[in-house]
Amino acid sequence: MNEGNSSNGRVTWEGCSVLLDINDGDRLVFARLSPAAKLKIGNKNCSLQPLIGRAFGTVFQVDTAPGGPCLSPAQVHVTNAEEIGDGQGNDEWRDKVNVNSADEVRDGAVNVESRDNRALVDNNTAQSLTGEDIEAMRRQGARGNEIIEALIANSATFEKKTAFSQEKYRLKKQKKYAPKVLMRRPVARSICEAYFKKYPSKIGFLRVDTLSLLLSMANVSSNSDILVVDMIGGLLTGAVAERLGGTGFVCNSYFGQAPYSMDIVRIFNLSDEICKRILRSPISDLLSPKESSEKILQHDVCNVEGQSNDQISASVSMVENSHSSENGISDIGIDNTEPAIEVRKAPKAGERAQKEVIDSWKENGFSSLIVAAPELDTWTVVKDLLPLLANSAPFAIYHQYLQPLATCMHNLQLGKMAIGLQISEPWLREYQVLPSRTHPCMQMSAFGGYILSGTKICSTANSATPTD
Amino acid sequence: MLASDSARKFSFNRLISNGDLVIVYERHDIMKAVTVSEGSVLQNRYGVFKHSDWLGKPFGSKMFSNKGGFVYLLAPTPELWTLVLSHRTQILYIADISFVVMYLEIVPGCLVLESGTGSGSLTTSLARAVAPTGHVYTFDFHEQRAGSARDDFERTGLGNLVTVGVRDIQGEGFPDEFTGLADAVFLDLPQPWLAIPSAAKMLKQDGTLCSFSPCIEQVQRSCEVLQISFTDIRTFEVLLRTYEVREEKLEDDGSNGSLPCKRKQCSDGGNLISSPISSVMARPCGEAKGHTGYLTFSRLRCL
Repeated sequence: MNEGNSSNGRVTWEGCSVLLDINDGDRLVFARLSPAAKLKIGNKNCSLQPLIGRAFGTVFQVDTAPGGPCLSPAQVHVTNAEEIGDGQGNDEWRDKVNVNSADEVRDGAVNVESRDNRALVDNNTAQSLTGEDIEAMRRQGARGNEIIEALIANSATFEKKTAFSQEKYRLKKQKKYAPKVLMRRPVARSICEAYFKKYPSKIGFLRVDTLSLLLSMANVSSNSDILVVDMIGGLLTGAVAERLGGTGFVCNSYFGQAPYSMDIVRIFNLSDEICKRILRSPISDLLSPKESSEKILQHDVCNVEGQSNDQISASVSMVENSHSSENGISDIGIDNTEPAIEVRKAPKAGERAQKEVIDSWKENGFSSLIVAAPELDTWTVVKDLLPLLANSAPFAIYHQYLQPLATCMHNLQLGKMAIGLQISEPWLREYQVLPSRTHPCMQMSAFGGYILSGTKICSTANSATPTD
Repeated sequence: MLASDSARKFSFNRLISNGDLVIVYERHDIMKAVTVSEGSVLQNRYGVFKHSDWLGKPFGSKMFSNKGGFVYLLAPTPELWTLVLSHRTQILYIADISFVVMYLEIVPGCLVLESGTGSGSLTTSLARAVAPTGHVYTFDFHEQRAGSARDDFERTGLGNLVTVGVRDIQGEGFPDEFTGLADAVFLDLPQPWLAIPSAAKMLKQDGTLCSFSPCIEQVQRSCEVLQISFTDIRTFEVLLRTYEVREEKLEDDGSNGSLPCKRKQCSDGGNLISSPISSVMARPCGEAKGHTGYLTFSRLRCL
């Protein structure tokens, strides 16, 4: 990866990872762009080649080209829909505004609605176009938008619908006949949101606002050495590395011999410089007294090799290949047709920490600690790892259950190991904001996890005694 | 505050020296920022603390007063700073701050524009997020407040990451020199809709904007203007619920020994079989902030 392709890059390149948001979050696919990569949208197999060299944030639509279906940037007036909480509210508005002007909206043109649903009868006869008619249009090369217009023209009830339900109708047809693909940057925010929406258990039900709090509470900042226990697929490790920006280190530590999976790190477009700052270490190495490190080096090389191969094959097989999924509504994973290229280009994040760097951590202590380990006993982890932190270092412990954190907090208090202890639970509510129709979204995430935060203090031995 | 050079890093070996900014911790809700100065003393209800006693001690140390009372001396972080800074305006707190930084996708190297500066609570976290190579340009129309904020950023060691300008962003917009350069823009203004067109001009393609407003009417008007050149417009409210943890002694119902003992694994050898049974329990604190403000995010539409 060259210099310009940092995590902050705004234009895609070959080999870059992207998040494809299809039809306002109906389907979310992580893909790596290559000329050979393909994605099935609806019943069409589209090459991802046209996405290379394009700006993130671009919306694509499926077009029929001589060579078959292909993705091309959508015209702006069609590109109104982005991922919205409930997927519809803001789009309606945006469509309105694209039709009218912003001033008209402010004047309340949208608010005047005299129609209602009294005349609508659901007897399945409203649409006079048949499936064959639509197929015929398609064969003649009609574009998605033309089909939608034909459907509207042939709908006996469309004119009787309210403006809002007309928009809903349009949106529903658009999703089917003119699917849109929004190309998003894979960053901590979008990756966390995508997983939380589709596969929350893979990231321990960690919501994006909770993740953001972990990073703040642990004071993740450049030139810091952050100790993490990440059993949520590498999301935490990647998010920390993103904030370090190629300075300091994130030490992804693990109990026992086998590192925890870090697959999600590969979804971030982390530069080589940043990847080099992601190291792995067994906790036993961090806890061992400083000098005895020969045997660490000894079984180092083969273990790391074996591990990284496992990782790659695991992540490739984990791929939810959208080609095979019938409706493809909820796939999430790296969409990759060329594993060979993939392996060569995969950033080498997660090398095993060498003796020198471990020694420097032992010498100075870590700047902070973040734990997201749903499967481990929280107090055991914290009791072991807290002594590795520098004095006055903050820490943040995530758990989806309250009790392990309560017990841990109580023990930290009894042991006088930390101050400023607090258990907090974030609450996040999204709003639909529309003229005269503003209210909280009908659906919300009711739970994003708990955090225990605090600051390590000097152990009593080091602490100052009363002055005489 | 930030480890811009390795000597300032959190470390076992970093000792308090003359001129250091320390956070004096009395209780979780009583803290104070103090700049260590050899001849000075700190006086509080726990007695008199001589700064000279602090020199050479590690951060995180417990220090005693002449009366035997004690405080802890902590290294400053943006989170602690938010709790101790002098309020010249309403400030943003940790839940909103964290969410803003994450949702604006601010990472090292970003150029961020902010208005108004206020008391600099958010600015401090923005600076941490863009460090070491990015920069925060923050504007406030109040000259004295801008000056105080500038002094604060010097005191917290963020002077090289933050530039404070005196400017009425609602009236004049952001300076033209930032056109097309900003990765993110944050607005905390009474009439944010007036500044949104300028913010759009400043942002890079697909750049992010956040507007913080306490009132829904402000949000409504902002959203109307946003949809002209922005997309992905989403409004959130984020709050924190805190919990208190207590060990309670609960009466056994007589069937002694048959009840599971919750603290078995974590006890340090104490005898827990005796009745009454003690149990560590948590419950939400009785009072909490019910509202701070609405956060409206959006991203500059790609053309």
